[in-house]
Amino acid sequence: MKRSVANICIYVVLILVSITMLVPFLWMFLTAFKTTAETMQVDPFVIVPRVWQTQNFGNVVKAMDFVRLYINTLLMVALRILFAVLTATLSGYAFARLQFNGKNLMFAVVLLQMMIPVQIFIIPQYVMVSKLHLTNTVWGLVFPGIVSAFGTFLLRQAYMQLPKDLEEAARLDGCNIPQTFVYIMSPLTKSSMVALGIFTAVFAYKDLMWPMIVCPDNRATTLASALAKMNGQYQQKYPELMMAALISCVPMIIIYIFFQKQFIEGIATSGGKL
Amino acid sequence: MLPGRIFKVTDYKLFKEIPVNKKLTSRQKSEFIWGWLFILPTMLGLFVLNIYPMIDTIKQSFYKTGDFGKGNKFVGLANYQKVLGDGEIWQTLWNTAKYAIVEVPLSIVIALLLAVLLNKKLKGRDVFRTIFFLPMVVAPAAIAMVWKWLYNSNFGLINNVFHIKVNWISDPKIAIYSIAAIGIWSVIGYNMVLFLAGLQEVPGDYYEAASLDGANGWHQLINITIPLISPTIFFVLVTRIIGAMQVFDLIYMMIDLNNPAWKKTQSLVFLFYKYSFEQSKKGYGATVVVVLLAVILLLTIVQLIGQKKWVHYE
Repeated sequence: MKRSVANICIYVVLILVSITMLVPFLWMFLTAFKTTAETMQVDPFVIVPRVWQTQNFGNVVKAMDFVRLYINTLLMVALRILFAVLTATLSGYAFARLQFNGKNLMFAVVLLQMMIPVQIFIIPQYVMVSKLHLTNTVWGLVFPGIVSAFGTFLLRQAYMQLPKDLEEAARLDGCNIPQTFVYIMSPLTKSSMVALGIFTAVFAYKDLMWPMIVCPDNRATTLASALAKMNGQYQQKYPELMMAALISCVPMIIIYIFFQKQFIEGIATSGGKL
Repeated sequence: MLPGRIFKVTDYKLFKEIPVNKKLTSRQKSEFIWGWLFILPTMLGLFVLNIYPMIDTIKQSFYKTGDFGKGNKFVGLANYQKVLGDGEIWQTLWNTAKYAIVEVPLSIVIALLLAVLLNKKLKGRDVFRTIFFLPMVVAPAAIAMVWKWLYNSNFGLINNVFHIKVNWISDPKIAIYSIAAIGIWSVIGYNMVLFLAGLQEVPGDYYEAASLDGANGWHQLINITIPLISPTIFFVLVTRIIGAMQVFDLIYMMIDLNNPAWKKTQSLVFLFYKYSFEQSKKGYGATVVVVLLAVILLLTIVQLIGQKKWVHYE
């Protein structure tokens, strides 16, 4: 009896917190289909739109080229994942499994990068991008994410947990170092690669400052930075603003719901880097 | 991987190299060659994208950015002297501190309590976890737009549901706390997941023994759970403080220059962005970001020393 009362209390708390987490999303959704007049009406306060204004979608997509924004964001995310996973797998393996002079000093550089706030790199990175004439291009967006110190650290951890005998056996069978890496070891770190991929994707998709700086052009920028622009232009037109926010986050939320286990584990292993 | 790993690198003796034999075996030779080849792309990238920029930013903080494409002028410590006497920077530092003082402890306490509740065998556990974590996968730009609308003083949901009239984000006295509330809302799911990972490693028989001794839930939390997951708490604390000191997106999206509260809400990184990219004063922007680095390092060192008092590693 006492136990079930306690359980009910726990559920009440959890449900209240869930409501707090969901109401902002629900309100975004409801507002996105209202008229501006409905959003400015207080007495009576309008909760559900009287007529669902589906043309808000068309208006927003006409004002801001969301197809283009999605392509830019996806390309940036895909290229960053490709480069980060590739370079981090190689270096993670070397740091975990190979003995060579200079290794520890180089690993100290990796750790140093992880501990320093990213803003310190931004001005010179921007100068490089503009000297290379990469502003307003996808490569400009990808630029700071070509390598990943955090990814190197994560993959090194993964390789360190694999048993030593595997490599020994491969060596006795005549595998050289690249063969051992490609055929024996790297397939065993798939879950860490997935974690790094998810982390990279979420990080890049959420980032605001870098795309604002290197891709100020409406057609070249990412979803997050386009939202910042609309936020400045559409001051009081909340249905349009909420529709834009909705368009830019719904696909991510759907992917998250389907792969929530991988998402949560992937981001949890990132340990505070977001 | 245990999240506490980064700050507990005891398995790794830095700078202790393997002794070099005069004659390397062929295996050692090939490990040397392949090792360097494997780390080459990463290291090249880190030196070009991070190490050189770090040195360059520190260098720029000693220069005044030239007007209209004229060369930069070396000004020594002048930028730093200007920072010390600059009321705007002190106000900004204080704004950032206020944000962190609210966001960090509250997000940790709430997340820890939720993690303890969700660590039990409950129906719908995964559903709750998925919901709490949801804000982590949404761009802060979108989150800030929604909250700006919820906070709207005339037509916002919050004021109209509770029949109040609060200027959440335009009253200079409370605006930074309203923004910190969004920070908490965004990050509790994430902190909670880290705590849940820590809680999985606490053996269940500790609690059985404690309840046989008559300890209630609260005592178990204080005397068993918190000490046992103190390394995780410490790790979350350190990384959350670093994150909170770098707050930018939420403030940039919520506050425009017409807002009467902007002076009391702009953060250090916001100021860095404004100087470096809106006003093209890169030298001064660089100084601000070096100050940020110094503050973060100081806070981290203080915590690394302070941890001995309350963090228990097995």
